[in-house]
Amino acid sequence: MSTLHVFPSPAAGRRTLAGIEGVVPASWLGVRPQPETIPTGIPQVDKLTGGVPRGGLTEIFGPASSGRTSLLLALMAQATAQEEVCALVDASGAFDPHSAAAAGVDLQRVLWVRCEKVSRFKFHVSRTPRETSNVKREMFSRVEQALRAADLLLQAGGFGLVVMDLGDIPPAIARRVPLASWFRFRRAVENTATALVVVEQEVSAKSCASLVLKTQQSAVSNQQSAKTRIVPTHTRLLCGMQLEIEVLNSRISQRKPVRSATTSFESRASWFG
Amino acid sequence: MNATIYVPDFLVAAVVRLEPALREKAVAVLEGEPPVVTVAAMNEAAAEAGIEPGMTKLQAAAYPVELRQRSPAQEAAAHAVLLDCAQAFSPRVEDTAADTIVLDIAGLERLFGPPAKLAQDLARRASELGLEANVAVAANPDAAIHAARGFASVTIIPPGKQAERLGSLPVDVLQVAPEILQTLDRWGVRNLRALAALPEVAIVERLGQEGLRLQKLARGAVERPLVPAEPPLEFEETMELEHAVELLEPLAFVLGRLLEQLCARLGARALATNELRLMLDLDAAQIEDSPRDRVIGRSGHRVIDSAVNSMTRSPDAPMTRFIRLPLPMLDSRLFLKLLQLELRAHPPAAPVMKVTLSAEPVQPRPGQGGLFLPATPAPDRLELTLARLAGIVGKQKIGAAEVLDTHRPDAFQMKRFAPSAPQGLKPRRESGDREIGSSEHLKTDHLMTRSPDPAMYSTMALRRFRPPLAATVEVRDGEPVRIAAGEIRGEVASVSGPWRNSGEWWKSTETTPRIDTDDHGSNWARDEWDIAVPGTQGIALYRIYRDLASSAWFVEGTYD
Repeated sequence: MSTLHVFPSPAAGRRTLAGIEGVVPASWLGVRPQPETIPTGIPQVDKLTGGVPRGGLTEIFGPASSGRTSLLLALMAQATAQEEVCALVDASGAFDPHSAAAAGVDLQRVLWVRCEKVSRFKFHVSRTPRETSNVKREMFSRVEQALRAADLLLQAGGFGLVVMDLGDIPPAIARRVPLASWFRFRRAVENTATALVVVEQEVSAKSCASLVLKTQQSAVSNQQSAKTRIVPTHTRLLCGMQLEIEVLNSRISQRKPVRSATTSFESRASWFG
Repeated sequence: MNATIYVPDFLVAAVVRLEPALREKAVAVLEGEPPVVTVAAMNEAAAEAGIEPGMTKLQAAAYPVELRQRSPAQEAAAHAVLLDCAQAFSPRVEDTAADTIVLDIAGLERLFGPPAKLAQDLARRASELGLEANVAVAANPDAAIHAARGFASVTIIPPGKQAERLGSLPVDVLQVAPEILQTLDRWGVRNLRALAALPEVAIVERLGQEGLRLQKLARGAVERPLVPAEPPLEFEETMELEHAVELLEPLAFVLGRLLEQLCARLGARALATNELRLMLDLDAAQIEDSPRDRVIGRSGHRVIDSAVNSMTRSPDAPMTRFIRLPLPMLDSRLFLKLLQLELRAHPPAAPVMKVTLSAEPVQPRPGQGGLFLPATPAPDRLELTLARLAGIVGKQKIGAAEVLDTHRPDAFQMKRFAPSAPQGLKPRRESGDREIGSSEHLKTDHLMTRSPDPAMYSTMALRRFRPPLAATVEVRDGEPVRIAAGEIRGEVASVSGPWRNSGEWWKSTETTPRIDTDDHGSNWARDEWDIAVPGTQGIALYRIYRDLASSAWFVEGTYD
């Protein structure tokens, strides 16, 4: 009768097996291949996250003026510099082409889908309460348009980066996107070279996201030319913001999700150089 | 050597080409205006059933045959198909008759093989294009024409054997005048062998030079040069519908059939298309009855389009839609889907009576992706995706943004999205290498564009409110100190500005809406401020401005 040997730990088991000539571990699950990523172009962020993973869903969330869009434009600039074709599904039409051009985004390679109120569009979210205001109803229809547009783009394939910008959609509405939609998106990009990025105010994709980044503003930097007590406002200049990025969840290469790793970087105004 | 393509019962074949279901049936083609509508042509099955030319429609309807109205447009399209088929093999093509095409195949052996194989290929290509044709190869054009008209399927006549092979054909294959045919019949000359055997002098004495010409034709001995035709490159298919089509689904079947033919014709000429034009002749009576309500819907339910922009003002004018493609394509299924999406977005205002589809022929653009280049969307799938997206958000809302060369705030225009194929990464240039005065410089220099090289900082972005939010701003000592604009409200923690921005003073102050952007085409003058407003989730930075013309305050966007 054979004896079952139990190693005290997996590491001890590997060490023991490595010592026996010709024996290899039965499983290599401990080693995961590093997925391809798109760098953001900001060394601090790339060092922390390794870039935005292709074939996965990345969430960038934070309140207004937290640097979500700055980070997104940096990512798009890198993607278009690598001659990737990008798509931006803009749920609220907030995208500013001037800012994107200033950030180095090649606008010719960015498909901009502006989800705005269309009279012909049929609104059919059944759970909408009757008393929902017109503004909320329009928001719902924009989110629904964005979901449908993103679905089409992911199914079409060939895009290096697909961005869903829900940054101005109230969290209460964004939370009502069913988890099945996020799951469907994750499956659509899985095993493809497409990176799906969602920009929002609060997390909503939950476990479907491969990487979750929280952005936060730590300081606003102003420059003033005169060091007097009463400074005229026209001598002050908004120079930028100091931003913090926190990795809330990363399932890229490690077996266990990484939590709470933080870095900071500066976001400068385009006129400041 | 010459080859001839001949389509028997051409009038019937022109109709059957667009209705393949009729191939196995007895079909008769009618011509004339009511009440005098008679049978103009019929196929073999209809002739066996008892149909004869000249029968009235009422008489023909008593037989188990399919009756169709003669269509000159379909006959012209079928003739164009024959020319396309011949042009696919030889550049020297003679347009002998509507149902007969002769092509010079001398020297084509190395390209297409021996004449027998070439003839088989010709017949197969014609069949693929929807026409069942006889093909004959002979040493001279006339012998090939008579062989194709007399023998079914493929016939090869070796050089010098014309008289022997043509001998069994009836005399009327020569298409002689009726009086000469009667004379020959009285002489007992029934076939070409008998005609060829007659003494030449005796024929000239009795029938003149025409008789001698006929005898030479019967012997297959007429040598004449081919008269090459250069048909214009027009690709158009038409189908007149017996009953007006009211729904999109049956119309899609018609469009699919026309597109298949169009693509097959383009493919026969090794061409593709970058523009499709769809013309729909609508039922004028229906338009007059209810110009806005009667529209085509999908699968039975009607789609109401309040702005039927595709409908022309005149009821008689056809509705025309264009599908423009970013690069040459040749995929009938893709074209059909694009047309369906276009018609769904712009449904006709009345039932459709006639469908005309034409394609702009262009040379296909061969392309091969590099192994180390990033993947890009397949052009056909991208076009389909764009059409579907246009169905969701509207055509004006998708595309690539182009920054305009002006200081006007938020000046951009939407362009058609057609990304160039990746060329591989170029070596980076230093910032000083950029030429002053180049278009790149002109467009983005004032924006201080930075290269996407890794840097220790990112560029602060603006998220715009479109349209800008009207705001109530409290000003103290010339500075904003408090703001209220929807959910944005509070004390202003810090402020920088004002930055005066104005332009296009020569334009009127009256605002005229622009289609391509959300801005207006008038002059502008405003004072911009960058403010920081503390909130529950930290400090938010906004760009606000005061319109100097109206003294109204707006929030333009938030820095993010």
